[in-house]
Amino acid sequence: MDFSLSKEHEMARQLFKEFAENEVKPLAQEIDEQHRFPRETVDKMAKYGFLGIPVPKEYGGQGCDILTYAMCVEELSKVCGTTGVIVSAHTSLCVDPIMTFGTEEQKQKYAVPLAKGEKLGAFGLTEPGAGTDAQGQQTKAVLDGDEWVLNGSKCFITNGKEADVYVIFAVTGKVEKRGKMMKEISAFIVEKGTPGFTFGTKENKMGICGSSTYELIFTDCRIPKDNLLGKQGKGFNIAMHTLDGGRIGIAAQALGLAAGALETTINYVKERKQFGRAIGAFQNTQFQLADMATKVEAARMLVYKAARAKDQYQKDGKTSYSVEAAMAKLCAAEVAMEVTTKAVQLHGGYGYIKEYDVERMMRDAKITEIYEGTSEVQRMVISANILK
Amino acid sequence: MKVVVCIKQVPDTKGGVKFNPDGTLDRGAMLAIMNPDDKAGLEAALRLKDQYGAEVTVLTMGLPKATDVLREALAMGADKGVLVTDRVLGGADTWATSTTIAGALRNMEYDLIITGRQAIDGDTAQVGPQIAEHLGLPVISYAQEIKIDGDKVIVKRQYDDRYHMLESKMPCLITALSELNEPRYMTPGGIFDAVAAEITTWGRADLKDVDDGNLGLNGSPTKIAKASDKVRKGAGEKVTPESPEDAVAYIVGKLDEKHII
Repeated sequence: MDFSLSKEHEMARQLFKEFAENEVKPLAQEIDEQHRFPRETVDKMAKYGFLGIPVPKEYGGQGCDILTYAMCVEELSKVCGTTGVIVSAHTSLCVDPIMTFGTEEQKQKYAVPLAKGEKLGAFGLTEPGAGTDAQGQQTKAVLDGDEWVLNGSKCFITNGKEADVYVIFAVTGKVEKRGKMMKEISAFIVEKGTPGFTFGTKENKMGICGSSTYELIFTDCRIPKDNLLGKQGKGFNIAMHTLDGGRIGIAAQALGLAAGALETTINYVKERKQFGRAIGAFQNTQFQLADMATKVEAARMLVYKAARAKDQYQKDGKTSYSVEAAMAKLCAAEVAMEVTTKAVQLHGGYGYIKEYDVERMMRDAKITEIYEGTSEVQRMVISANILK
Repeated sequence: MKVVVCIKQVPDTKGGVKFNPDGTLDRGAMLAIMNPDDKAGLEAALRLKDQYGAEVTVLTMGLPKATDVLREALAMGADKGVLVTDRVLGGADTWATSTTIAGALRNMEYDLIITGRQAIDGDTAQVGPQIAEHLGLPVISYAQEIKIDGDKVIVKRQYDDRYHMLESKMPCLITALSELNEPRYMTPGGIFDAVAAEITTWGRADLKDVDDGNLGLNGSPTKIAKASDKVRKGAGEKVTPESPEDAVAYIVGKLDEKHII
């Protein structure tokens, strides 16, 4: 068992760290306050290949691995949770399913410009009545000649209005499974600008405020028959497979938020003086920091292990990483919430003020326990595996 | 078009300089980075690659760990890396260093050699021009802008209160300022390729037309008597009072605030 990073991963971390410090951190507070999507940062990330890290070079990507991608999301999220999730949703939830389930034509047409960062991707599964229960889907797709006709809506979609390519799930019929009639769900690729595809409400969120979270509305939206992603009726499997990978991205985001809050707090307690000495000199502060650092490191190990498991899957096509991803996300998200909350506490009154980064980090951390499978869903995935 | 960029791995002085008890630099306690002026020179070369398809080779002299800066340069887009390393080359001052680099360059093809103006660990600004002297090439120092026009290079050279526009036939040597440009980042894919890339390694035996008496510590006329960190001054504050009386009041207030008077 080797816990050390390879030379390329060390260099990649240095790159992501420098980029995050120079290009992302200066905007973090502003985009949070203004609820503004950081398009300029996305353009820079596209230029340097951050939007196609695990995609093979022949498809316009960087030809790196999932661990490198996870480290990218981690370092970006250390300074800005919004920027981390933009990369995560794009890469894990849109590029990955197209690369995994798409035809060669679909890969060339959609995955290549996505991996090059010429286009941004999004993923639409959640609906007002279908969150954790994906079977509650109401959006329908009906084949009419050479086109699928989509009707329905999706909510809480990350990169919502800013994306160009969307992986959308819809009910295409009913099938009998174990004596019960179940909805048959299929996946589709939908392009922005398709007639009948519009945007609804922009969500006013607690955290990751620079992220563009929108409702997507489909009204007699006609897409080519060839935009079916994977086989008809395999949408649920595609969604679950995609979310397994997505959880590694969100786990990395949560890890970054926790690690960022820890770093910020370490610096703060060395400077902040009370009773004539730095608050870092008090044992309570030291013990809190020790706990925070230990939990961040534990989360990091789980996130990297899950990333490594997915890397192995990319090579052999059979290694399972579902439980590893669920454990990583469960742990990292809860660590993010705990560490950012403690960071605010150690900052005292200043931690509650928006000028201090930990205030934003704590708000950003909460969503990591909710999206791409709540912590409760992760527990279901893990327990189902250990009890089978 | 072939461009060779000479780069150096230096200790990062951003967090201050750390010394060993004997006055030499404690390199182990400081992060190693690519010298900023050299990085600007590399970026200038990579722009020539983007624009004219130039082939960019990076050359460094140092310990084996100096391959790190060569790999960084490859990850930014350079095509080849050459490391000159040998025990007998250790302890070199600017004279011995430029002799060594020139000896390596005699084995290489180039239209343009770019070096940084100076390294942040020595601050001499001598190695670039000395290399040109060894090779009998024209040198243009303190480049702020570089353009190619046929077989000529046109350089805007920075001066304190003005700039010079200079033209030279290639081959020639240019020394670059960190103000020349904003160096690009590496790319993730570039890093993976750079780590897998083969770095050409040369020793003393590979240097052409050099005399052993001009190499390493023994070939270095410079002897360091004492080294110390420079006194760091704050950025200062510029104020524009409306009258001399206001100016006096401001200064007196400041002196009072600092308990000087």
